This record gives sequence, C-alpha cells and structure tokens, in this order.
Amino acid sequence: MKNPFTLQIEKRSEDIPKWLPLVTSLGAVLVAFIFSGLVLKMIGGQPLRVLGFFFTATFGSWGVFSDTLVKATPLIMVGLACSLAFKMKLWNIGAEGQFYLGAFFASMVVLVPLVPPDSPKVVVLTAMVLMGMIGGALWGFIPGILKAKYNVNEIITTLMLNYVAIYWNNYWIFGKWSDAGFQMTPMFEKTAWLPRLSDYAKQFNALSGITLHLGVVFGLIAAFVIWWIIERSRWGYEIKLIGDNPKAARYAGLNISRNIILVMMISGALAGLAGMAEVSGVVHRLQERISPGYGFSGIIVAWLSKLNPFAVIIVSILFGALIVAGREIQPSGIAFLLQGTILFMVISSDVLLRYKIRLVRYNEEKA
Amino acid sequence: MSSISNQPSPPLAVEMHDIVIRFPGVLANDHVNLTLKRGEIHALLGENGAGKSTLMNSLAGLYKPVSGVIKVNGEVVNFNSPRDAISKGIGMVYQHFMLVPTQTVTENILLGLKEPRFFVNLSIYNKKIQALQEQFGLRVDPSAQIWQLSVGEQQRVEILKTLYRGANILILDEPTAVLAPQEIDDLMKTMRRLVEQDKSILFITHKLNEVTAVADRLTVLRKGKVTAEGIGIEGVTREKLAELMVGRKIIFQVDKKSQKPGEVVLEVKNVSALNNKGFPALKNVSINLHQGEILGFAGIAGNGQSELAEVITGLRSCSGSIKINGKQVANQPPGKSIDIGVSHIPEDRTGVGTAPNMSITENTIMKNYDQEPIGNRWKINFTSAREYATRLKDKYEILAPSISTQARKLSGGNLQKLILAREISCCPSLMVAVQPTRGLDVGAIEAIQNLLLEQRENGTAILLISEELEELLSLCDRIAVIYEGELMGVVEAADANLTNIGLMMTGSMRSQA
Repeated sequence: MKNPFTLQIEKRSEDIPKWLPLVTSLGAVLVAFIFSGLVLKMIGGQPLRVLGFFFTATFGSWGVFSDTLVKATPLIMVGLACSLAFKMKLWNIGAEGQFYLGAFFASMVVLVPLVPPDSPKVVVLTAMVLMGMIGGALWGFIPGILKAKYNVNEIITTLMLNYVAIYWNNYWIFGKWSDAGFQMTPMFEKTAWLPRLSDYAKQFNALSGITLHLGVVFGLIAAFVIWWIIERSRWGYEIKLIGDNPKAARYAGLNISRNIILVMMISGALAGLAGMAEVSGVVHRLQERISPGYGFSGIIVAWLSKLNPFAVIIVSILFGALIVAGREIQPSGIAFLLQGTILFMVISSDVLLRYKIRLVRYNEEKA
Repeated sequence: MSSISNQPSPPLAVEMHDIVIRFPGVLANDHVNLTLKRGEIHALLGENGAGKSTLMNSLAGLYKPVSGVIKVNGEVVNFNSPRDAISKGIGMVYQHFMLVPTQTVTENILLGLKEPRFFVNLSIYNKKIQALQEQFGLRVDPSAQIWQLSVGEQQRVEILKTLYRGANILILDEPTAVLAPQEIDDLMKTMRRLVEQDKSILFITHKLNEVTAVADRLTVLRKGKVTAEGIGIEGVTREKLAELMVGRKIIFQVDKKSQKPGEVVLEVKNVSALNNKGFPALKNVSINLHQGEILGFAGIAGNGQSELAEVITGLRSCSGSIKINGKQVANQPPGKSIDIGVSHIPEDRTGVGTAPNMSITENTIMKNYDQEPIGNRWKINFTSAREYATRLKDKYEILAPSISTQARKLSGGNLQKLILAREISCCPSLMVAVQPTRGLDVGAIEAIQNLLLEQRENGTAILLISEELEELLSLCDRIAVIYEGELMGVVEAADANLTNIGLMMTGSMRSQA
C-alpha cells in the first residue's frame, strides 16, 4: 500500500532568504531547551523549575546580568578572533594561548614595569591594551609565518602553542613574579584596573556591586570593526575570496602568504586583548587558570554565530549565562548538557539551509 | 497462434518506453522512448543537461525511473542496482574512468568479481584477457599498470572490463572527449568490430561529425524530451542535427574577418618549466604573438599546454624569458601580469576561475576590486560593484536569478560567460584562454567563440589552447602544435593540414618551419 503522501528532502536550488539562518538558529536553541527539558524529566527532575532558575540566575537582576556580561566579555573577543580566522578557513585553535600571552604581556606593563608605577591611569591602561594585543599578535604570528612560508598545518601549531603559553605563564607566576610563594602575582595597583560600573557607586547607589568593566566596550567596538572589515573593506573581500577558493585568489593576483600572516596576527591580537581585559578588569593580577577555556569556547561561539560578528555578541552572552548558571545550578553538569545540546542542534540545523523538506502527495507524483 | 509468425522481426536489444525520471526541480527525462537493435551503433545526442546521461544511467541500473518500461532482449527488466544491469549483459563505460592507477590491467578487470576469490594466479587471467583482446582487437598489455597507459589504452581497459563481465550491450558515455584524433579513429574501428561480433552499442556524444562517421541510427534529446527518435543516419546533415539539439539554427561558419596582425605583444623565449610532479613539462619553448591575432595551441591534454598558460600568467615558475609589451613577467607574481593587462580564462572554471560560494557580483570584481570606482583606499564600494555586475550580466547575457546568486548555481556555459565577461573587461592587451569551450553545449560554444573573435577585432592578442582541432582551425590565425612540452611546429591556419597536425600532436612529425 502506498502512503497518501511522502516527505521528500530536496537540495535548495534557489537563493536562501536573508532571514532564514537567523530563524533556524533560534529554532535550534529552542529545540535544544526542549530536548534538555525532556532529559531532565526522564531523570526525574523538574525541567520548568530548572529552566526558570536558569533565567533568574543569569538574567534575573542587574547584578546577575552584569555577571553574565562579565563572563561574555572575553568570549566576545575570542569569538571574534576565531570568526575572522575561520572566515579565511584558517583554523586558529590557539586563541587560548593567545589569550594567555596577551594577559602576560599586559601584566608586564605593571610587573616589569614598562611604564613608571606612578603614571596616570590612562597611560597605564593604554600601555596594557597595546601590550596585550602585541602579545596575542606575536602568538598568532608564529603559526602564521610557519603556514605562509612552509605550509605547516596551523591546527597543530596553534594547538601546541597553547601549552607553551600556559606553561610560560606558570613559569613566571610560580617563580619570579610569585606573590610570597603563591601561584599568582601580587595584586596590581588601582591604576592598572579597568574602570568598573561599581566604581561609580558613590554617585549612583544602584551601581554598587555591579562588576561590569570597560572590557565589554572593547568587545563591542571590536565586533563593529571586524564586521566592517569583513563586509565593507577591500581586505575583507580578499579574506573571503581566499577562504572560499584559495586557487581563485592566487589567480586573481592576491598575496596569500601576507594575508595568512596578517589574519593570524589580528586574530591573535583580539584574543590577546581578551586576556588583557580579564587580568585588568576581573582578576587584577596574573594567576594560574585565568581562563576556564575561553579560547576553546571561542571556537564554538564562532561556529554558532556562523562567523557573524554581531551574532558573536548574542551567542557570547548566552554562553556567559551558561557559565554563570553552571556555578549556580547543581549539579553543574546541567549547564554543560544545555551547552552541548545547543551546539549540536544549531550545527544540525544547517541542513535546513542547504535542503528543504517538501510534502509530496501521491497523486502529484504520478502526474 | 504459433510464435513463428512473429519471427521476422528479431527482438530488440533494448527497448525503453515512456521513461520518466525526475530530479528535484527538473524533469530530467520526460516520457522518453529509445530502441537499440542488435548489432547496431546507436548515437544519443543532446546538449549538456538534455538528459542523455540520466537516461543511460537508468539503463545501467543507477537510477530508477519514476515510470516507464525497460525491456532487454524482449524481456521486461527492473533494475535495482548496476549489478542487476550487468547480469543482463549491460556494461557502461563512463567518461571518467574508474580504474586503480597502481594496479595492473588484469587486476583492474578482475576487481569486484566473485572469481577469483582469494588466491589470484594472474598469468591464467592474463591469458584469458589476451584472448578477449584478440577477439575484439583491443590491444593493451595485461600486466601493465594503469598509470603507465595512455588515455586511449585506459579506455580500452574499461571496455575490456565490461566485455569480461559478459556485456552484450555497451553504453559509452562521451568516449571521444578525452582522445586524440588518431585514437578516435582507433576507437571507431573497435566499435565497428564489436558490432560485427553481435554486440550492440549506445554511445553518448555531442560531437556531430562522429555521429555521421560511425552511427547507424540516432536519437536526439532536448531538455529531457526526444526530438528525433531512432532515425537512420542516411541523409542527415550536421545542420539538421544541431537544430534538433538546440532548437534553433546554428551557423557553423564563424565570421572571422581577415585582418593584419599588429605589433608583438607576447614574446616567449626558451621557456622551460616543470609540472606538478616535478617532471619537465615545457622544453625550450619560444613563440611570438601579435596584436589582433589568435594563436592556437594544439595538443593532446597533458602535453604542457596548461603549464604554458600558467607560466605566462605568473602561476608557475620557469626558466627563460617571457615579455609582455616589453615587460618581463617570467617568475613574477600573478598580480604583475594582471597589471600589464593579461587576462586568463583558466582551464578549471570552478576550481580556479571562480569562488563557488560567492555571489556573481563578488566574482565579477575579482580582478578590479582594488581599482576605482569599485575599490577606493580601504573600502569596496558595493553600489558601484553591483552596477558593474549588472552591466556585465546584461551585456554578456549571463542567465541567473540575480547578481547575488552564488556562482556555483550557474550552469557551465553561464559560468564561462561570467569569467569571459570579467576577463574581457579587466585586461585588454593579452588573453590566455585555456579550453574555453570544453564541455559546453552548441549554443554556448557559439557565443564564446564569437566573443573571442570580437576581442581579436579589438586588437587583443589571444593565446587559445584547445583540444578541439576544428575550433582551432576556424578561430586561429596560426596554430602551434605541442607534444611532450616541445613545440613541434607552427602552421598558418589557412593552409593547415589536419593529418599533419594530428601527426605532430602524437610526436611522429615535426614541421620544418
């Protein structure tokens, strides 16, 4: 017996409408929440209460929302770093190391010190921003030049350099810069702290305890700059062309080697800036494990946002919320469950962009 | 009531009746009929995308028709896989060979069969295959490894493969596309010999002269429909066939105006280069090319033509000297030759000529995105980029839904028009065109050839590399023949001799000039 109709999966031959990727991504997140809810139900939990708690713990008040944004800040910058490199199909897995080196270089400003200790705040912070970006860029330059000159696989080099950067930091915080034997440097002077909203609690009472710092503004500016580069600039066009077809790019007369090095350096600089913002805006010293894997989460953030700089901001906030929720909800695995299912669903939803599902009635088929 | 009364008409080898095959968005075969008599050569003609390969794939068991009946030797069949088709004696030789390069001829022929199972005594099978070869005149050393064989020999291996599996009905998918003129003659002799021994052959082609040379009957498809069903070959003209294929009249005589070539544009002197494997691909090539002249390069694929195009456009390093308008470009980055005004129609349209996931707009500005008004300082002015793309799309009649359509969604002909539009507009002094019409249908070929001639009239020097001798003869002013990286000679197209060019292409003759 024949079914009255069948579902057919067809390749999309027409152009996809601009709104479709956004709709499928949002739908995927929704499906992920429903799926996680079902899992919670199966193991005897109360999914609605858990989800409700998830939202109050991350977006429920200005205080917790600020915490969420503080966690989102490094993710934005690292997510942008990965997005830019991935746009050229350059697989920079080394944002974690670039983050550490950025933190290290920024700390040098205070700990060496590179500027006189009694310099005004603007000078110290500007120096830290610049040094942080230089540190990250340096860590991007090494795999960049190896790839450009000797075609060394950047996935391996960037991944390996992560460990070098982490142990390099450890060497300094366990040794020369150690604060009385602890695995951390002494607290920075206040001049090396990024301004926080709570600094203005005296003027505006409501701001007390709001730890959001200037780093988030760096992230927003960076998102705009990266968007402009990719979508509007000549260099962005080159990046996209190399990413889509390197042979065509070479044929069109582009200098691929130079672009590999440049993109790796800019990507590294962004991750380095994230490291600077973390030591200067949150930790106020260089210590072990300043990053709980931001560099790797950045890869996921970049993919989930489909390499769109503005989507990076939204996804980073969602991931920041998941980090905060992981701290609040027990067992903390629930946050990872959500994170994993979101990733899985969003990546699967890509199928809908390439194929469409059509209902075919039996009699239509015969015609 | 006795069956004897039906005897006068022998059963048909293949009878395809009312075949419908549907792909997403297209009706690939729209109620198609086709018959193949025993012992005949039947040509299946049509433009690209007309549904020829689809129809043949359904006969070979690869696709299942939505409706329709297939009969083989009078018996209704229902194939679920290529294996079913093979068991009914149907063998298909694909355009792209399916052979293991590092194994011997015999090993390739035995691959995938139930016999032998574990231990292979190759010498026994070598003899079996030799016997088969003698029967059909398909000479090739059974113990040679595939990579050592020429393309023509590899094709023979593919044919042997189907014969060894007991095929009586052979389907050849564009078998001459990869062959040199002499090899084509050999193939046609083989085909004749096969049908003499009661085999039947269906062969797909879009080269009209081959049809008249070898086929007994022919069927023409256009856009999935049959426009001529099993007509005899007698009295059929090329013009008539082209009209059946394309749906309108095609003028075969291109309109080449006689004109005097101008000053020297390209000066190649003692150029040698290596191929990707590190073997010599060009040996001491020297040649000049003038304004308003088309210089053709004839040769069998892989004899250094691609490498020549690459050294001129800066994509490959070489020794010797290459001057364009007096400026040295040998071993300079590709950007340099683009600046001097060299355009390049690359051999690989999708792999080199375009960025598949980028829009038509982004593909048209590939060579001038850094020049006013499209590029100013850091920015790209997308408004003027879109205007530029729209202008090219209209002028060169690139058929696409819009200028934001991705390049990979264009058909081969439209993609080639896009590349030509871009190249003609950006770099007017020298054009290096590699196989610009390969794989295109008759209508698109006509359009592309006319564009090349128009460039010639505008004074562009054109280096045309092609494997189609007819195309070279009708478009070029001079034809250079290349064999194993060496220039075998240069002849005036006006008094060129096809046989001599063929001999030079296979290295058996050198012109005195």
